[in-house]
Amino acid sequence: MMEFSTWDILRNLLLAARWTVVLSLVSFLGGGIVGALLLFLRIGGNRVLTAFTRYYVELFQGTPLLMQLFLAFFGLGLFGINVPAWLAAGIALVLWTAAFLAEIWRGCVEAVARGQWEASASLGMGYVQQMRYVILPQALKVAIPPTVGFSVQVVKGTALTSIIGFVELSKAGTVVTNATFQPFTVYGLVALIYFALCWPLSKSSQALERKLNAAHRNH
Amino acid sequence: MPLIEITDVRKRFGENEVLKGIDLDVKPGEVIAIIGKSGSGKSTLLRCINGLETIDGGSISVAGSQLLPDEVHLKALRLKVGMIFQQFNLFPHLTAGGNVILSQTVVKKTPKPEAAAMARKMLERVGLAEKFDAYPDELSGGQQQRVAIARALAMQPIALLCDEVTSALDPELVAEVLAVVRELAAEGMTLLMVTHEMKFARDVCSRVVFMHQGRVHEIGPPEDVFAKPKTPELKQFLGVQ
Amino acid sequence: MNYAFSFSWLTEYYPVLLKGILITIELIAVGGLFGVALGTACAWARALGPAWLKPLVSAYVELIRNTPFLIQLFFIFFGLPSLGLRLSELEAANLAMVVNLGAYSCEIVRAGIQATPRGQFEAGASLAMSPIQTFRYVVLVPALQRIWPALSSQVVIVMLGSAVVSQIAAEDLTFAANFIQSRSFRAFEAYFVTTAIYLALAILLRRALAGIGAMIFARRPAR
Repeated sequence: MMEFSTWDILRNLLLAARWTVVLSLVSFLGGGIVGALLLFLRIGGNRVLTAFTRYYVELFQGTPLLMQLFLAFFGLGLFGINVPAWLAAGIALVLWTAAFLAEIWRGCVEAVARGQWEASASLGMGYVQQMRYVILPQALKVAIPPTVGFSVQVVKGTALTSIIGFVELSKAGTVVTNATFQPFTVYGLVALIYFALCWPLSKSSQALERKLNAAHRNH
Repeated sequence: MPLIEITDVRKRFGENEVLKGIDLDVKPGEVIAIIGKSGSGKSTLLRCINGLETIDGGSISVAGSQLLPDEVHLKALRLKVGMIFQQFNLFPHLTAGGNVILSQTVVKKTPKPEAAAMARKMLERVGLAEKFDAYPDELSGGQQQRVAIARALAMQPIALLCDEVTSALDPELVAEVLAVVRELAAEGMTLLMVTHEMKFARDVCSRVVFMHQGRVHEIGPPEDVFAKPKTPELKQFLGVQ
Repeated sequence: MNYAFSFSWLTEYYPVLLKGILITIELIAVGGLFGVALGTACAWARALGPAWLKPLVSAYVELIRNTPFLIQLFFIFFGLPSLGLRLSELEAANLAMVVNLGAYSCEIVRAGIQATPRGQFEAGASLAMSPIQTFRYVVLVPALQRIWPALSSQVVIVMLGSAVVSQIAAEDLTFAANFIQSRSFRAFEAYFVTTAIYLALAILLRRALAGIGAMIFARRPAR
């Protein structure tokens, strides 16, 4: 039987962690773009589109990400395409991230005081100008901390893609465990690598939040 | 020829009819105080004139611009009437100068240097020239309200609507804002103000409107309205017998 | 796409689904109850507890919140036996749920405690209550009321997250779906139905939590 040193284990895990990072970035960026689109559909004032985005968000927030991954994987398969795991994983994570970001950002837009809409309207601005110059700059500032905070959920969410066969950090953990029979060490290290990825994001989200609150009290 | 024509304006919030047919004509240069209990509809009337509330009946026009609920007509109307709010509603992400510049550049497409020059002039007019680069939360309530006035003036409106502009201020800050309003009145600006400052209304206004339960209950020059109230409701409101 | 959808497998396999639903409900009931209890205890420790306890609780909370539930589950089920702690699939799943929700609810409850006006603590102290008594009788219930909506959302999130316990062969709803699709070869339909059931569970759970909140906090105006 082959012997594995802790360093061997760690090296293999870190190599796989690259894919966790890549998938996280793709999901977060893609989700951000789709999420922004959803946001504008939601607050654009068209009743049908508003209803659509509401149900979209409800659906993706009300069902397990794991099910969404399965449905993307097997659902795309129905079209006769042989779906690679990375594609199903990417699509599901982008759509899932978009739902959460759209909802977070909507909260930020709605947090802008009604008086801001009224004051800008009384100055003759139209809807697009109000959004562009008055509402979004304020909403954006409030949105940064929770958006950074949500990126932690995205990184953790990528772990589920191991279940449909995408080889990233979690999948590597299972593979390495099966080879080494050292689950305690391997999963402990896997957890620490995730922690190293997520903790800085959590901390910076909290720091940004504190900075924002301080700025609100006095400029 | 009246500047602002308000004809049989009606407004309801659900079951509650808050304006039950308001008629009021305002001539150029007039300063009108609207007084009355809370819930009498006075703020709603002001907000209707600026198109912040849609009306359910009647008509409003300002210098020939009709109030219609589409963006083009609203913009035309709002370029003619400015509005000052109880809560100031300055844009917190912009400096005082930025607040005054923004709508000039994006609504009237004034070039930035001109808009900035206008902003300086208007801030100077309200006595805040040195606060051009200050952010709203670095200013006192009274200063914020004066910036809001400068912001509205920079759009060169022909009338200003003032919705309880001193109600959110600490007592010691009321005077500085009223002084600015008084000056505007003296310069001939048409003003329509909802106010609780009775002494100010008496001193400055050309006419006083007493609103009661969604109607114009009594109207006249301040010396009549304050000294010789005709209706029991106004007498009770003014606390005279 | 020329694929004929078929749901006829439902007649044969619905008992499997039902059992899965029950296990998922059991998981969130245990996780919710003990997780929130653990979280409340940790929140007390972090906000008001002794100095030596705070870093320990912080470490637990940060570690859990910054690692995937799946890995926590694997660590408990596969890793802990090397420390001599051998758990069944369902025990491990339950423990993972409690540990996970405990960390999240700690942060939520702590926010509720920190929003308590100082006067409440002072009033309690001035009435000769001990700090623990003040916490238990004066601070806790209004704090929970304040954060109940956030706590409810988190419980729903953890319920949906429980789908991964199928990966250690705990026989929850997702396990049922995996089982059915491997037998009936109707993967898409099996996951579609399961997803719909999860959605229904999420909606029901949200309602139930709102109802529980209304019951606990009846006639206490929100502050």
